Amino acid sequence: MSHLYLILTTAAYLLSLGAYAAFLSSGKEIAGRAGTLLLAAGLAAHYLALLERSRGLHTVPYHDLYGSMSLFGWLLGLTYLGLEIYHRQRSVGAYVLPFMLVFFLAAQAAPPDKLAPPPAHGPIFAFHVTLSILAYAAFALSFVLSLVFLMQERLLRTHRMGNFVWRLPPQELLERMSQSSVLIGLLSIAVGTAMGFVWVDRLQGQYWYYDPKYIVTLLVLLLYLLYFQLARTTAWRGARASKLNIFNFGVVVLSFTVVNFYFSHSHRYF
Amino acid sequence: MEIVLVGLNHRTASVEVRERVSFTVEQARRAAEELRTRGILEETLVLSTCNRSEVYGVPPESSHECAPGLSSFLSEFHSVRADVLGSSLYHRYDRDAVRHLFRVSAGLDSQLLGEAEILGQVREAYKSAHELGATGPVLNRLFQGALEVGKRVRTETELGTRPMSAAAAGVKLAERIFGKLKERSALVLGAGATGEQVVSQLRDRGIKHLLVMNRSHERAADLANQYGGQVVPWGEWDTALQGVDVLVSSVASDEPVLRREILERAMAARGNRALLLMDLGVPRNIEPAAGELYNVYLYNLENLTDIVAQNRGARESEVPRAEAIVEEHVGKFLSWQASVELVGLVEALRVRVREERAAFLRERVASMHSINPGEVAQLEHLIDELLEKLLIEPAERLRGEKELRRKIQNVEALRDLFLDRREKP
Repeated sequence: MSHLYLILTTAAYLLSLGAYAAFLSSGKEIAGRAGTLLLAAGLAAHYLALLERSRGLHTVPYHDLYGSMSLFGWLLGLTYLGLEIYHRQRSVGAYVLPFMLVFFLAAQAAPPDKLAPPPAHGPIFAFHVTLSILAYAAFALSFVLSLVFLMQERLLRTHRMGNFVWRLPPQELLERMSQSSVLIGLLSIAVGTAMGFVWVDRLQGQYWYYDPKYIVTLLVLLLYLLYFQLARTTAWRGARASKLNIFNFGVVVLSFTVVNFYFSHSHRYF
Repeated sequence: MEIVLVGLNHRTASVEVRERVSFTVEQARRAAEELRTRGILEETLVLSTCNRSEVYGVPPESSHECAPGLSSFLSEFHSVRADVLGSSLYHRYDRDAVRHLFRVSAGLDSQLLGEAEILGQVREAYKSAHELGATGPVLNRLFQGALEVGKRVRTETELGTRPMSAAAAGVKLAERIFGKLKERSALVLGAGATGEQVVSQLRDRGIKHLLVMNRSHERAADLANQYGGQVVPWGEWDTALQGVDVLVSSVASDEPVLRREILERAMAARGNRALLLMDLGVPRNIEPAAGELYNVYLYNLENLTDIVAQNRGARESEVPRAEAIVEEHVGKFLSWQASVELVGLVEALRVRVREERAAFLRERVASMHSINPGEVAQLEHLIDELLEKLLIEPAERLRGEKELRRKIQNVEALRDLFLDRREKP
């Protein structure tokens, strides 16, 4: 990545984090707006960085750990921005930006890929990977929202209101935002996985061959479906559903790291 | 174009005096008319709330000279002896009057620091006086500035954001949990004064359904009628608790009226939907162990009072920011006022210079025999041109340069220097 985009993206994300934090502590509307605008600017610079990398590689920019993590951070930001605009709620930005920054900066430190890239060409493969990473990003966002929910729930139940609780989104809205995010993740992972099967069929002439990644992905899908159902209709609503959501994200992280590195035959970084 | 303010508030006058000197809307209009008819004020506005009665005005002459007449008027209008009123009244002039109004509008002068109602009251007072035609360019500008200050302080600082009463804190908590209350329901246990305060605030926030339960059916019906609620017979917990999101309890009872078992059953029936319990009773009405139930948020009066105490500290820490906004707008208003006054001064100076020029030429030309009328006219034209150049340039600079207007602190001094007092514009 050119240094220009690296600097621009990092600066915009850092400033956005500062503005969102200022909004959270002071409640100044102008700080919140600045946070949103800087996040949008950071996402634009980040997109240009991904685009440049893609042109350099003549393929999608995520067949290695760098690209995968960087795209993850970008999609996390994009999903958050969409939810922020939809729900008109900026108070979570200060919690999401650190995750984005960690993924973006960690991507810079990722080791170069020593393995040969997969025959990763064509729009179906691109959609398969992009939608899968979008799903992970949406699940990550939902994880952050559940963490904020649990933190606020604890403060409310122990009557320790402090200064910033008044600035956080209402509990009910946090739950709805988390569910919206999971819904995006579920749709993305369902379509993305289906496209993966189509791509495998074109590549190898068969839809199915055993890969532990499939099992874990199916498990992730089921766990999030369970969360989606429990969070809306049963006695699990509230803190219990949020805890389940946090557990689910643990499985996603497991799928993204251990399963990819040590067990999967065809997935490495997504 | 001076400004005068005469008034009293919760700091200077007892409740009895405040009550006697308060204005109804109709009285405020009548007072404004009389003040102008009698020539005490050219522009006038009466601001009257439960904690203050203030008359703002632009006097025809000096503001200091007009103040005693204004005090006498208030004494006469409300039939309160001047010596009783005298010790309660305060007088503010020009910059101090402007600052006072802006602080009032910001909620900095309120008994309850940062209270929001005062801004609406200032708006209403201004609207009423404006419709009556009692305000003019000065008070229009002044009160528009005051409304802007109030709005900025409320949006840019936290002076008015935190609840300052147990009732308000309870309602804010409900919003922390449920968001907007328009689709929510509340159950009120007891018909006491504290509970009624919460009900009133919940209604202001647009709560959809209100259920009232009280041992005395009559009192429950009164409260329900007053706030558009529905009476539920005492003790029908299962029915009442099934659909509500907020429960406010202020029952006079030695023992808790709501036991954990009742709430446990209710939570199971409601599928564990979140429930906020506000126990405002002393002794407590709700068994403390109910707070351990899943998705139950229990706050008693002490918890709510603690929140109010925290908020008071937070509000006080916002005062410097609010004061800075007030000072910024005082500066803006005074700059505008100075620009209008200075431009008027330059115009008056121009008229005077023309008169001086005419007298000067008459006197000097009379002694010059060699000069013909055509040359006199030419001389007049040249002198006019020179004088215009000398005066128009400063006038234009005054119009355009804010910094210059700011530097000229005392227009009175300039006026005294170049014009006789009687020639004031």
